[in-house]
Amino acid sequence: MSHVTEIIHQYLRHNKKFPHVFCPGCGHGIVLGSLIRSVHELGLPKDDVAVVAGIGCSGRIAAYVDFNTIHSTHGRALTFATGVKMSNPKLHVICIMGDGDATAIGGNHLIHAARRNVSITALVLNNNIYGMTGGQCSPTTPEGASAMTTPYGQLEKAFDMVELGRAAGANYVARGSVFQANMLERFIRTAIERPGFGLVEILSPCYTQFGRKNHFKTPVDMYRWLKENAVPRESWEKMTEEKRRGRIPVGEFAINDAPGLEQRYAEMAARLKEEAER
Amino acid sequence: MSRTSAKRPKGREMFALGNEAVAEGALIAGCTFYGGYPITPSSEIMEIMARELPRRESGVFLQMEDEIASLGAVIGASLAGRKAMTATSGPGFSLMQEHIGYACMAETPLVVVDVMRGGPSTGLPTSPAQGDVQQARWGTHGDHPIIVLSASNVQECLEMTVTSFNMAEKYRTPVILLLDEITAHTREKIFVPEPDEFAIFNRTVPAMPPEWYKPFEETVRGVPPMPPLGSGYRFHTTGLTHDVNGFPTQRPDEIEDLMLRLFRKIDQFYPDIQLVDDHQCEDAEIIVVAYGSVARSARLGVDMARESGVKAGLVSLRTLFPFPRNPLIQRLGAARAVIVPEMNMGQISREVKRVASNRVQVRALNRIDGDIITPTQIYKAISQA
Ligand code: SF4
Repeated sequence: MSHVTEIIHQYLRHNKKFPHVFCPGCGHGIVLGSLIRSVHELGLPKDDVAVVAGIGCSGRIAAYVDFNTIHSTHGRALTFATGVKMSNPKLHVICIMGDGDATAIGGNHLIHAARRNVSITALVLNNNIYGMTGGQCSPTTPEGASAMTTPYGQLEKAFDMVELGRAAGANYVARGSVFQANMLERFIRTAIERPGFGLVEILSPCYTQFGRKNHFKTPVDMYRWLKENAVPRESWEKMTEEKRRGRIPVGEFAINDAPGLEQRYAEMAARLKEEAER
Repeated sequence: MSRTSAKRPKGREMFALGNEAVAEGALIAGCTFYGGYPITPSSEIMEIMARELPRRESGVFLQMEDEIASLGAVIGASLAGRKAMTATSGPGFSLMQEHIGYACMAETPLVVVDVMRGGPSTGLPTSPAQGDVQQARWGTHGDHPIIVLSASNVQECLEMTVTSFNMAEKYRTPVILLLDEITAHTREKIFVPEPDEFAIFNRTVPAMPPEWYKPFEETVRGVPPMPPLGSGYRFHTTGLTHDVNGFPTQRPDEIEDLMLRLFRKIDQFYPDIQLVDDHQCEDAEIIVVAYGSVARSARLGVDMARESGVKAGLVSLRTLFPFPRNPLIQRLGAARAVIVPEMNMGQISREVKRVASNRVQVRALNRIDGDIITPTQIYKAISQA
């Protein structure tokens, strides 16, 4: 067993009936690995980590990891997570959501969790599609792309989660991809470590439901696409409009230090206590 | 009720709204988390919690972006070990149904207060109604047991809020406290006993070492112990049908075990859960069955009937679901007629008919014009029965 595999095994639940639900070539397993390595790197005790997942393929990650885990409802993971974090600020709360989960049915919760800047790490696994329900379009399905519910091509514009998170007030906003696993791990670690709301969008291919319908011949083609088109922010900024077309920037897009909501709440409570004692 | 001694308890008097009494009761019960969204006619509960919780030891108040989020946060808080609640009214209650189902499935103790107003839809925001009764029972999808309580005056608002928390904790279940706009917005003198005058129930936490703990295992009471998140018992909670370890299952035997336990943990404690009050029932020929503010009108209507020589009685329901079949039947005695007045088209009268129509004539008295059912209306119905 390699060192990395050994680490991962320390954090998997061995009473959970494996194999996992993910299809061959799915990006979600790489996210699972990155998440585990991030927690390990940070040296967080398992008891201090709470993972709150939404519904969808990504949501199944929660059951596999040996932390405190909640598989919540579709789109609402951040609301559960907010209740958990505010009730026990010592817990490191990590949300795992899909793109439909976080930006369609849960869009409002995402905006408000970012606005509150509550110290939660939100990982949005973006595969541009509803995987588990059979390949319907999501708010991040690119214009023109095929899905079961856009058989003639997606007419609507895709959501830009990075812009959304920044505008709503998240302290930390990053976009990574499963092809660049080391970079991704760094983003997840940073999001966990920093105060306030951390949003990490993760480009994670779904060959089964997206790739096959959109001219990718194999899962490997999708990773090759990421390699060529997920460009570091610094290079992206130097690109011409024309070169940017069809590409997507990855990197860190907001790094702020505003205290998290739980911190501000604790300060308010302390102030009230002091006033009452006076 | 839940007081520990028969002698006059220690406490203070208060001139309070029903909604204020709910907040008072919640704090007595040990509620330390409120997540909510403003809506008439329940908002006073939220406003009081916003003022009180931040000043109290580890109290957390959050105004969320909608009612779905409110109950989501409440569930998260409860899983983290808090006694948690929200309050709402019809439109918000509709939005909460999704998470009421989650709380049933994941056995999450919490209290939802629904101050009923006229519906459907936006309806009558400042007028009373009792149109959410069957929604409280069956509003969330799927087969499930649930506890629905009610209160008919301000004093009961306080007591029944404490009872709601106690039952939620005891049975690891969401409890819905159904009030109506009149009860919530009536201001009257109540007695607030000191917190230690109440029997307060806290959820059972596991005593075994974490490696032995199975979060959804059968127990004598049918209620598995529940540790707060982060206390060393790492387990999985899901809204999916799950096995004893909390992991999703599709196995018919495991599915049946879970579902039957969820029902049994409530069913076998009917005597503890099904609360009713009676008034002049012993020799009554005509019995009124009522709940909420209507029970109050009914009491006066029954007294008016007694004065005019008619043997009338009242059974007022503090528990609506599981429907208190046996306590009701015991009190029917030799009655020849039952009248069920309510501010809807017959949501509880149907239940009463179901359990009693083989022994007594059951009549509904319905009012749905946004106004209260008066004592005179009830007196008239008794006279004509
Ligand atoms: S459907 Fe797509 S997202 Fe879901 S497991 Fe398969 S590849 Fe992964």
